[in-house]
Amino acid sequence: MTMEISSSRKLVNAVMLSLSGLCTVLVIGVLFFILGYLLVHGASSLNWAFFTQLPKPSGETGGGMANAIVGSGKILLLAAAIGVPIGLLAGVFLAEYSSKTYAFIVRYVVDLLNGVPSIVVGIVAYALIVRPMKHFSALAGGIALGIMMIPIAVRTTEEFLRAVPNSLREGAMALGATRAKTIFTVVVPAAISGLASGMMLNLARVAGETAPLLFTALGNTFWSKGYLTPIATLPVMIYNYAIAPQEDLHQQAWAGGFVLLTLVLVINVTARMIIARGPASQRR
Amino acid sequence: MATPRQELSHKTANQGATLPTEMPETLKAGQKSKLSAKNINFFYGSFQALHDISLEIPANRVTAFIGPSGCGKSTFLRTMNRMNETIRNTRVEGSLLVDGENLLSMDVTYVRRRIGMVFQKSNPFPKSIFDNVAYGLRVNGINQKSVIEEAVERSLTHAALWTEVKDKLQKPASALSGGQQQRLCIARALAVEPEVLLLDEPCSALDPIATLKIEELLFQIKHITTIVIVTHNMQQAARLADFTGFFLLGKLIEIGDTKKIFQNPGKKETEDYVTGRFG
Amino acid sequence: MASSTYIADTLHRPANRSFLARLRGGDEVSYLLTLAATVTILLVVGLIVTELWMNSQPTVKAFGWHFLATSDWDPNAGKFGALPFIYGTCVTSFLALLIAVPLGVASAVFLAEMAPPKLSNILTFLIELLAAVPSVIYGLLGIFVLVPLIRAYLVPVLKGAFGYLPLFEGSFYGVSFLSAGLVLSIMVVPFIISVSREVLLAVPVEQREAALALGATKWETTWDIVLPNASNGIFGSVFLALARALGETMAVTMVIGNTPRITASLMSPGYSIAAVIANEFAEASGDLYVSSLIFLGLVLFGLTIVINAVARLFILTTTRRGGG
Repeated sequence: MTMEISSSRKLVNAVMLSLSGLCTVLVIGVLFFILGYLLVHGASSLNWAFFTQLPKPSGETGGGMANAIVGSGKILLLAAAIGVPIGLLAGVFLAEYSSKTYAFIVRYVVDLLNGVPSIVVGIVAYALIVRPMKHFSALAGGIALGIMMIPIAVRTTEEFLRAVPNSLREGAMALGATRAKTIFTVVVPAAISGLASGMMLNLARVAGETAPLLFTALGNTFWSKGYLTPIATLPVMIYNYAIAPQEDLHQQAWAGGFVLLTLVLVINVTARMIIARGPASQRR
Repeated sequence: MATPRQELSHKTANQGATLPTEMPETLKAGQKSKLSAKNINFFYGSFQALHDISLEIPANRVTAFIGPSGCGKSTFLRTMNRMNETIRNTRVEGSLLVDGENLLSMDVTYVRRRIGMVFQKSNPFPKSIFDNVAYGLRVNGINQKSVIEEAVERSLTHAALWTEVKDKLQKPASALSGGQQQRLCIARALAVEPEVLLLDEPCSALDPIATLKIEELLFQIKHITTIVIVTHNMQQAARLADFTGFFLLGKLIEIGDTKKIFQNPGKKETEDYVTGRFG
Repeated sequence: MASSTYIADTLHRPANRSFLARLRGGDEVSYLLTLAATVTILLVVGLIVTELWMNSQPTVKAFGWHFLATSDWDPNAGKFGALPFIYGTCVTSFLALLIAVPLGVASAVFLAEMAPPKLSNILTFLIELLAAVPSVIYGLLGIFVLVPLIRAYLVPVLKGAFGYLPLFEGSFYGVSFLSAGLVLSIMVVPFIISVSREVLLAVPVEQREAALALGATKWETTWDIVLPNASNGIFGSVFLALARALGETMAVTMVIGNTPRITASLMSPGYSIAAVIANEFAEASGDLYVSSLIFLGLVLFGLTIVINAVARLFILTTTRRGGG
């Protein structure tokens, strides 16, 4: 007895295939739409003034976001200086030294930290730094972002260190290297491409964060010196301009969005390509 | 001629351990002993993997450990440079002396510098060929460029690899073939001038030609160090080793002159193994 | 050779290193430093929870848990009730999931089961880039692109077909629950797709092959065998997406209207917890005002903890089943 697949089953199969494909196309379509619109609108609003000038006082047109770009850079520097070392060292402990119970506890707490909404991190930074200091500052903003970087830094480090084969550790220790030397001169270098790209992705994610900066770094229409005063940042400025009534500020918001998105996407793509080629590039 | 007895380490369970009743057959007629083991017992948790092992490793000779899988030969090898300590929950009892000094109470990184190891599967670091060989020196505090360069060349020469890599020392070690990588690992181990070199089935992952190259170089370098090699290949032991020890179920059944072990073994288990009746 | 003796001499050190020498070897320092890093993290999280709790006290003492059930929000009159914000957060998140889950799971199915691997990998890569787009950019597009589009095309359709429903009552001014929900759904979809896709791919090949070998079509295999196997993980991904949606601040606050209101109509402007904090915190004056906002933050944090925990439970049970 031959059983052919009934035509209705074939039809259902084809329909479902198309439907699910359609959904995917829709999603991808949105991506290209975002990029495309931003490209067109943002790029057309870009000019040299955007990168070099400060915002003009309200009422006047023109000006740029130079201070916001630099401000974002400064805050991200501080954030990385906090998040990367803590995350890296903690990851080393989890991968190389820790007992199972302690590692479980730490990982759980790290996951907890990862789940804290970004606005809540801003609140805490406000309570801990802005309030005692009695003013907003780049320091508070940098610390808030640094705290947000920690969970992914820890996870990435632990994951990539564990991926280093144990035979390398044994080889180093058999030559008389201490545990510490083995970790920092063999294991970490072996994982370095994964670690670096993980940190890049981390930084890119945090670079786009606006909420924690709203009441820590606040904003500034001028240049900010040092870290103890309010400072302008790209995402916050985009936000402020987008909800402002003036049309030309909207244009600048688009330009800012274009710059921010380009930066974030470029870092993302680069980092992912490094990971994709990763340890595979070690063996030819 | 017996090695002077030193104080046993605090890890020894029985104070005043007894000497084996027979003089281990490796030491005869003025042979110098490099490494001396007495009543070594080894435990993974509560499981006893090695039972009361006593032997002498003669200096500047090749000693081979043979035996079926799981007999404890690799475990004992790793006891000699205390690599088993990297595994949690392990315990050593007994006495282990190198040149009369107590191995078990020394600083462990010092032990491993003096007693080197080459592993079953080659494990070069993801660094250049040069940096691989230089690693042991650097990590032990030697940083002078000229000293390192000279040591690297010397070690690679001893490992029969120099002519093949001298023009590409900065290339990554991963670019070498399997046999070359293993010779690199040997060079890396030799660079710190170990007094004993332990090899754990170094050729089991290699083709016959690569194996031959390694056997030849081992034969050459026994003059600058003492070699202990674990092998599952009896022909290799017969070719290479001056002395051979036969392990079974965590015990050392017999150890002595290779010719004797293979042609005229004293114990029945040894005879059964070397004639191929099991294993 | 001369240098050979040099090495031997240099390396021939005392059998037991002095305390200083061991310190230089780095083992103790390394252990303590890395341990300190983990302890720092534990302290930071403890600090976060403590600060949130302590700073919420004025509101807790004044209103107790009634705070969460009252809908009166009038800072000038000293009246604080959290209900409008909780309502808005729930409505927008629910709407977002309503749209994103079917779309996302369907796409995940396509990418994991139907599409050729090369295509699937490229598309997944692009979708993961979507997840990396900052919130404020979605907000930008929300205000200037999505809202006009909704006003021009979607609302007339909805009103035309379902205008009698209280859901679509009232005039549409752009900023609304509907707009916020839609923007949120776009933001949350990539998340659902990437996690669901991984969960689907983790279903063992043998299960699929068993079905196909019996003559099932690709779709039937997917629907009857693969999806049930992966269902726990997919639920997990939904909860993860929910947790993300709850905490979304910028895009929501830019299109929701920032008006504390509880109404069935999606056309109406509203407010969410994250949005009210973002908007009013910097200018909040008076202990009660600030502590109310902080208490709201604590509530949000608590919600995300619970939902993340549920999500993890789901995902854990999938991987165990998939592996067994």
